[in-house]
Amino acid sequence: MSKHIDDSIEVERYELFAQPAHHFNLELERRDFFKLLGGGLVLVLTLDAFGSQESGRQEGESGRRAQGNSTPKDIAGWLHIGEDGSITAFTGKVEFGQNIRTSLSQVVAEELRVPISSIRLTMGDTDLTPFDMGTFGSRTTPTMAPQLRKAAAAAREVLIDLAAEEWKVDRASLAVKDGKVINERSRQSLDFGKLTRGQKLLKVISENAATTPADQWKIAGKSVAKVDGRDFVTGKHRYTSDTRPLDMLFGRVVRPSAFNAALVSVDSREAEAMPGVKVVRDGSFIGVAAPNAQTAARAASAIKAEWKAEPQPSATELFDYLRKQAAPSPQANVRGSIPEGLANADKKLEQTYTVAYIAHAPLEPRAAVAEWSKGRLTVWTGTQRPFGVRGELAEAFRIPEERVRVIVPDTGAGYGGKHTGDVAVEAARLAQAAGKAVKLLWTREEEFTWAYFRPAGVIDVSSGVRDDGAITAWEFHNYNSGSAGIQHRYGLPNQKIVFHQAKSPLRQGSYRGLAATANHFAREVHMDELAHAVKMDPLEFRLKNLKDERMKAVLTAAAKAFGWGKGKSAPNCGNGIAAGFEKGGYVATCAEVSVDRESGKVKLMRVVEAFECGAIVNPDQLKNQIEGSIVMAIGGALFEAIDFDNGKIVNGRFARYRVPRFSDVPAIETVLVDRKDLPSAGAGETPIVGLAPAVGNAIFEAVGIRLRSLPMAPNGLKT
Amino acid sequence: MQRISELHVNGNKLRIDADTDRSLLSVLRDDLDLTGSKYGCGEGQCGACTVLIDGQATRSCITKLGAAAGKKITTIEGIEKSGRLHPIQEAFLEADALQCGYCTPGMIMSSVALLSKNPNPSELEIVRFMDGNVCRCGTYPRIVSAIRKAAQSMRGGGK
Repeated sequence: MSKHIDDSIEVERYELFAQPAHHFNLELERRDFFKLLGGGLVLVLTLDAFGSQESGRQEGESGRRAQGNSTPKDIAGWLHIGEDGSITAFTGKVEFGQNIRTSLSQVVAEELRVPISSIRLTMGDTDLTPFDMGTFGSRTTPTMAPQLRKAAAAAREVLIDLAAEEWKVDRASLAVKDGKVINERSRQSLDFGKLTRGQKLLKVISENAATTPADQWKIAGKSVAKVDGRDFVTGKHRYTSDTRPLDMLFGRVVRPSAFNAALVSVDSREAEAMPGVKVVRDGSFIGVAAPNAQTAARAASAIKAEWKAEPQPSATELFDYLRKQAAPSPQANVRGSIPEGLANADKKLEQTYTVAYIAHAPLEPRAAVAEWSKGRLTVWTGTQRPFGVRGELAEAFRIPEERVRVIVPDTGAGYGGKHTGDVAVEAARLAQAAGKAVKLLWTREEEFTWAYFRPAGVIDVSSGVRDDGAITAWEFHNYNSGSAGIQHRYGLPNQKIVFHQAKSPLRQGSYRGLAATANHFAREVHMDELAHAVKMDPLEFRLKNLKDERMKAVLTAAAKAFGWGKGKSAPNCGNGIAAGFEKGGYVATCAEVSVDRESGKVKLMRVVEAFECGAIVNPDQLKNQIEGSIVMAIGGALFEAIDFDNGKIVNGRFARYRVPRFSDVPAIETVLVDRKDLPSAGAGETPIVGLAPAVGNAIFEAVGIRLRSLPMAPNGLKT
Repeated sequence: MQRISELHVNGNKLRIDADTDRSLLSVLRDDLDLTGSKYGCGEGQCGACTVLIDGQATRSCITKLGAAAGKKITTIEGIEKSGRLHPIQEAFLEADALQCGYCTPGMIMSSVALLSKNPNPSELEIVRFMDGNVCRCGTYPRIVSAIRKAAQSMRGGGK
């Protein structure tokens, strides 16, 4: 666990971290910047060691020293104001639909006092942007936005200095407004381009630049539409899968018959005889490159490969397997005494909850276009970790990272599922052998099979409660699904909370909210069970045990908007409530369901969700993220599950793996709690955690059936 | 194998040279560089590849080239007229009915087909017609409201 960040934020254990292997050296010479960016003003923001959670991690984190004799300083971001006044901010973060291209542009525009349309953002290009750990963990808004904001604020001050010098006046008499430095008294003004023309000015600033407080924001804090939305509604935007260098081949990989299978023999003669086809064999990797996609597919299927796999666990035995595979002596978070707490309880409860593996299923499957030129490798690929994937490529091909460039076009979503560089490495291997650029697009089946999954898990909860509603004991064991969101905001005097790492039968990794969904599901359903055990209203029960005012505030806001306490609207309808906290954001969800007792069909009627993440940067995009989280959560709550049998995925197609569709969506109301007095937290993940327990609790109220496994009703309810 | 040498796309007759059994989607994307139509599943389950064939919303990933030849094909690239967005494109922007945007071209093409058949669809009719299009980011409520707004403006109802 990282020591230098807020303890209340659990670092996800399943983020597939790679070592940060490269640091820009502050000795980075000014001519490099100007060669890259052209003349004008370059503002470089450096961080003190440990000043940032991700951008430019120090070597202390990685255990590796940067090369060279000088001490590397970490660079958070840079910003360029060209001689034509154009403003470009550079960040290693990537755009995956969370609309940070828009929200980051807002904060830069804010500090430079220019319209948002004046800002360009260069993102996720390892040759052009500063090192960044990756776009995950809801860190863009709390860390990257303030950093770019500081760079922009500092740039504004430099522009004032330049104007003061030009006019030979006191800088205090000058202000920046509408893209110009103005002298109120003399009514003179100079636009940014005039000030930077002919300049090659490199300014290095540290983190202390003064920025605009939230209550004075004019551009941030407003609902700004997706900045380049037009390119998306017209189909002009080029995703990785649309990228097309001249003279390019198409790749295809021959996949093993099952997970962990060993290659026994290959006969590729038929494929090799096809015109223009290049067959590549390297260890157990088999792939082809061909002039077009259909020839590549034909060649790949003509290759006769024999694989051997050992017997592997299947979905039916998963939960027993995870318990048995748990690592010994895990770390426990203990407070008070469980036996004492149980001794003081009027009622005791022990229950087990489970969550299935689910797939991210981003609509754009993994894709990469790789090109080698003069010993340098360039790869376009939709990854959430451009610098991490650069490291993977350098390692795979045993070349220095300086000879690898990873470019991430705005991507067709990831949800935590695109951290790894598998497709990039495969494309690069094919391109290396073929001597031409190669585009490799994973099929939907490959995406469902050879990516990785949200971890499955088993959670045991045992608790004690007094008849007055006070929880006296809380013991919580999570096997395998992860520790994100395992801590809570209840004031519990006696608790023991343990995450047990286990050996997973399937490859698993990050996912939107990750284990916070599993941990909130178990905790908030269990809270509901306790409330019913002592015959208390579930809202009242939570408010009694919560010790966190921000949590109480969102819970109350959601309940109020929902009309909590009015009871069931019809005999087979029910209401449920859940509260949660993760990654700096507070969420409360109320759901109403209707159950058809004949068919067992569960219909989600209405969801109200309140969310608080400090000062809101863009209310409409925040709503968009909350709505999207609710919709995505419906799948994992009710019907999504990866089915697997002896090393094979059984349902790896959209025809067999049901994702939420238009007809699954209830009436959704979001309630934004704006706290301008608090720093902004991220919002891409936490709004997903409340839906499953709220729906489970609503189903219980509707028909008296308590569901403790996600998904809860893959084939409807058996009533 | 029979080959097709011409395709009617977005009002133009385009030269191609492709086998009849190839998918329309692969010809649009790989041969004609019309990459607005997306591959999402290859089995007609997600709608990312939706184009219009003689006005009908069609999954181009499971449509053979032979079945599209000689017919009028409209893709997302063909609905913007002389720099003016189609009202449905405008409505998607206005409602921010997208996040990653990968499903958006297919969503818009399905919406075009819907509104040409039914200029004033109810919410239920929209949901039924659009249910074959997946938005994994979950912007469905915004898409429904964008379609309703577009329907209104196309009927001349203004805001």
